[in-house]
Amino acid sequence: MTPHPGGAPGGSVLAALTAEQHGKLMTLARDVALPAGTRIFEEGEKADRFWIIRSGTVALDIHMPGRGRAVVETIGAGSLLGWSWLCPPRQWHLAAETREPFRAWEFDAVAVHDLCAEDTALGLSLVTAVAETIGERLRATRTRLLDLYGPPGPQGSGAAP
Amino acid sequence: MTPAPLSYRVVDRRDETHDTVTLVLEPGGDALDPFAPGQFAMLYAFGVGEIPVSVSRLGDGHRLTHTVRAVGAVSRALCGLRTGGWVGVRGPFGTTWDAAAAHGSDLLVIAGGIGLAPLRPLVDTVLAKPHAFGRLNVLAGARTPSDLLYTDEFPAWEKPFGAVTVDRPSGGWTGRVGVVTTLLHEARFTPSDTVAFVCGPEVMMRATARALIHQGVRPDRIQVSLERNMRCATGHCGHCQLGPLLLCRDGPVVGYDQAEPLLTVREL
Repeated sequence: MTPHPGGAPGGSVLAALTAEQHGKLMTLARDVALPAGTRIFEEGEKADRFWIIRSGTVALDIHMPGRGRAVVETIGAGSLLGWSWLCPPRQWHLAAETREPFRAWEFDAVAVHDLCAEDTALGLSLVTAVAETIGERLRATRTRLLDLYGPPGPQGSGAAP
Repeated sequence: MTPAPLSYRVVDRRDETHDTVTLVLEPGGDALDPFAPGQFAMLYAFGVGEIPVSVSRLGDGHRLTHTVRAVGAVSRALCGLRTGGWVGVRGPFGTTWDAAAAHGSDLLVIAGGIGLAPLRPLVDTVLAKPHAFGRLNVLAGARTPSDLLYTDEFPAWEKPFGAVTVDRPSGGWTGRVGVVTTLLHEARFTPSDTVAFVCGPEVMMRATARALIHQGVRPDRIQVSLERNMRCATGHCGHCQLGPLLLCRDGPVVGYDQAEPLLTVREL
């Protein structure tokens, strides 16, 4: 099935902020639109910005020598794209490519860091929301490691019927 | 419900994936009572054994439709049946998806792997009476693109809202990659007025239910289909006991408000 072209507005990161915090953060937002198939960032590059996706899907991939790129996850409308800007070494640990026409709010990481230093309550709200996204992705990754839909094995519950 | 198996003949079979087959069965004589979405039959592969298999489509007279994944001796034997083959059938057994609870509300139908099979009759029910329900969302997760079931039916689910995601992309897959809960971000529903129907591996159902509750769906409005070692299917042998429940009789469909405390107990 093809994804829904609209999607959740705002996303969990923006929804976690008060109206005043939201307003302050959005003064730093830049509306960006990219066509499908655009490489947004590459693994190892400096992570100096992040995006909140308004529409479209982005594939996160990792390069495997001799085997090309492997998509490890896709994220869509309402999601945070990029959290490596938040903590050292501030380099992308995955690459990102648009799967379809992409529209997002883009934020400059240095400007957001400065805003957070200036308004620590906003900073805490934002970091908490980003941490929630990181936690969600960690939990999702752990769940996928279980290979839940695979054939019953030692981790399954009982003999196969 | 008939206690002894009745003979049903395979009148149609379809390979859904490399290890999953849909069988359409017709009674050779007496027929079982009609099934409801979520219920299951005990399918007996002659000389091999008997397993519970949910009904994966309703209607069409006394015909039964079941989707079986070959993972063990009995299921492999059932998947190996050809048109004209015979199978013993008991049923209908168990509780049903409570579609009436979703009248006027948004619906989330969330499937993992072959969990889509028991949910398909529910989706059919909703699509047949769209005005009785709110917005329908069908979200499905699979291991790989080649493990996706019922791909030819996706267009019908796409129109309300449907999306699929896989754990391991391959073969030029351009769709979503990730766990099924990530699709919730795009589904169209009002959490406070939504009924969710979830079927898949238990870990997936727990993670999904937690995500739904976090978004504001009430636990008593989340229905899950639980799987245990069902033998007699009549609530007598006790193999399928989960705390106070005998899942062949009191399940497989159970409200998450009832299931959650049982699923988090280490041993019962």
